[in-house]
Amino acid sequence: MGDYPSRSENATAGDLAATSSRGQGAGYGTSPSSFNEPPLGGGGALPKKARFSIETGFRALSTASGAMVLVIIVAIAVFLISKAAPALSANNANFFTELKWFPNEADPSFGIAALAFGTVLSSIIALIVAVPIALSIALFLSHYAPRRLATPLGFVIDLLAAVPSVVFGLWGRDVFQQPVRDFSLWLNEYFSWIPLFGGDGPFGQSILLGGLVLAIMVLPIVTSLSREVFQQTPGMNEEAALALGATRWEMIRTAVVPYGKPGVIAAVMLGLGRALGETIALALTLSIAFNISFNLIENGGNSIAANIANSFGEANATGRGALIASGLVLFAITLVVNMTARAIIYRRREFRDSAA
Amino acid sequence: MSIIEREAPGVVMTPDNIRSKKLPVLTNVLVAVVSFAVAAALVLGLDIGNWVLVVFLGAVFYLVALYFVASSVEGSRAATNRTMKSLIYAACVLAILPLASVVWTLVSKGVNRLDGDFFGTSMNNIGARDPLGGAYHAIIGTLEQVGIATLMAVPLGVLGAIYLVEYGRGKFAGTVRFFVDVMTGIPSIVAGLFILSFWVLIVSPWFNNGQPRFSGFAASLALAVLMLPTVVRSTEEMLRLVPGPLREGSYALGVPQWKTILKVVLPTALPGIVTGVMLAVARAAGETAPVLLVAGGAAAINFDPFAGNQQSLSLFVYQQAGDASKFAPDRAWTAALTLVVLVLVLTVTAKLLARRNKLSR
Repeated sequence: MGDYPSRSENATAGDLAATSSRGQGAGYGTSPSSFNEPPLGGGGALPKKARFSIETGFRALSTASGAMVLVIIVAIAVFLISKAAPALSANNANFFTELKWFPNEADPSFGIAALAFGTVLSSIIALIVAVPIALSIALFLSHYAPRRLATPLGFVIDLLAAVPSVVFGLWGRDVFQQPVRDFSLWLNEYFSWIPLFGGDGPFGQSILLGGLVLAIMVLPIVTSLSREVFQQTPGMNEEAALALGATRWEMIRTAVVPYGKPGVIAAVMLGLGRALGETIALALTLSIAFNISFNLIENGGNSIAANIANSFGEANATGRGALIASGLVLFAITLVVNMTARAIIYRRREFRDSAA
Repeated sequence: MSIIEREAPGVVMTPDNIRSKKLPVLTNVLVAVVSFAVAAALVLGLDIGNWVLVVFLGAVFYLVALYFVASSVEGSRAATNRTMKSLIYAACVLAILPLASVVWTLVSKGVNRLDGDFFGTSMNNIGARDPLGGAYHAIIGTLEQVGIATLMAVPLGVLGAIYLVEYGRGKFAGTVRFFVDVMTGIPSIVAGLFILSFWVLIVSPWFNNGQPRFSGFAASLALAVLMLPTVVRSTEEMLRLVPGPLREGSYALGVPQWKTILKVVLPTALPGIVTGVMLAVARAAGETAPVLLVAGGAAAINFDPFAGNQQSLSLFVYQQAGDASKFAPDRAWTAALTLVVLVLVLTVTAKLLARRNKLSR
């Protein structure tokens, strides 16, 4: 490097920083703040780096803001546990197996079993209904529709993802309930030999209604995420499949779906996370019941989040603690689901970068 | 190999036999008509359902029949292709129906109370028999809560993104980035419970003679928790799009890094950041659960977010939906329409802004 007389250790350090960070392209400048103090001689004319400067302060400020996210996540766990603990120790029943929810009595007994069951069941119904349809729409937007139709339709889907959940809940209760009740009656008449559709009514405000409303809410999210994944399929792969004589569906099956699989799984998991935590739509559409029943069409159903919204008003101190404890369980469930989804995406990103 | 075997010697190549055979459109229509007729005859003849079942069964029959007819003419691979295409189109139609119904209901029921009274009065002293009453207090509450939440979340989020893009290296930055993504999926009710147990039950008694107190500010805190990860993610993406040479040019002129970030990087990425912030604001404005837990809800106008219960639009919709008064549903729908218009205006502006953004992927 004798050709560059002014080149000091600083420059080398900067270069290394720029090239050693993998997968960081144009957006990355070298960061002068990570420079060591210049040695005497080459960079001696430069001012000495101050120990405390605006630079250090700004750097510390932004680092603290970044760390704030971790602080908040930890704080959520800590504060929920601290408020849930007194109620849990006052509980006379096993918190994980008890069905009933009587935390406001003088002799509190409550458990999360029925609530957790309802949460999982409604989310599963939502995913079973929403995922095939969402993936179809995503494929339609990315590979079937002409561009003139796909762009505005994708825009509309993105807008629907922004509609507040309380609106879907209101719609589910005021409008969608009647068709679902008719459908439930029909199912009950012809399929009551299947335990899922048995029972003597009343029908309508059932876990089926809640699950379907959730499905409609999850649909735009899963669609827009998986559409992005499908659009990222390398054109080379698609063209290679088509050139070998594949029909369009065979091209999608052999080139698009395998490539997008991790992304689609992650999108579904994120949709699941959204469905598990959904509060108001379920609070408006379910009629409250504290039992574990696989009957989909009879009035009933409950979920952790909906129960919090419904019971919060008349809760005393123990009742609030009990609700916070159930929220803690919900937090743990969604944290696991989200971390799994993100881990899948991250593995894929690593793979893509190193392959590129 | 197979093509050679199949080719009969002495066959003249004409346009008819060198192209693969296609199912005529007329046959397609015929299959559709027959299958719907069969479905109608079956359903109405046996009296097992109404026209919905006819349409559903007809569609199923059509898909199955089409597969067999097409595979006899075009071969099974082309028939599969045709069936999957029909399935995908059918799924789109199926999904559009409920979503269109939501929009239609929202507009048709929402206009009932779309009057000056609705936007000019609160629910104070409005009993079950009073047809009037409005959402003025709720609109004030939403604007104040979301505004304060934005003031808290945006500086924190932008600085966090600056850390991730400009300063963060190594394991810690990776952890922060991972948990920002994870935090995006935290249910809003959990954020509400967090602020309930932290602010309302522990901190607010210090300012209120030992009594826990609901307030609009607590709702802002919960909304800020929900907005923060969204703001960090979108800002991070935008900062990454700022070309490296811009930074390097600034460094080469001797500008320190913090000044480069503030004067070069941020202004370049500003339109994109604004888009992300507006999307986060739109999402926060629609949240009901955290407001329900920590703002308390109120019938009267309360301009002070730091003292006393406050209402918000989404909570107003929820409470009116649960109200027994026969005038409540109209108020709920009109408030829902107002809320959706507010959210959609924010979202559409953000998307249009994003389209004009020069930094693009």
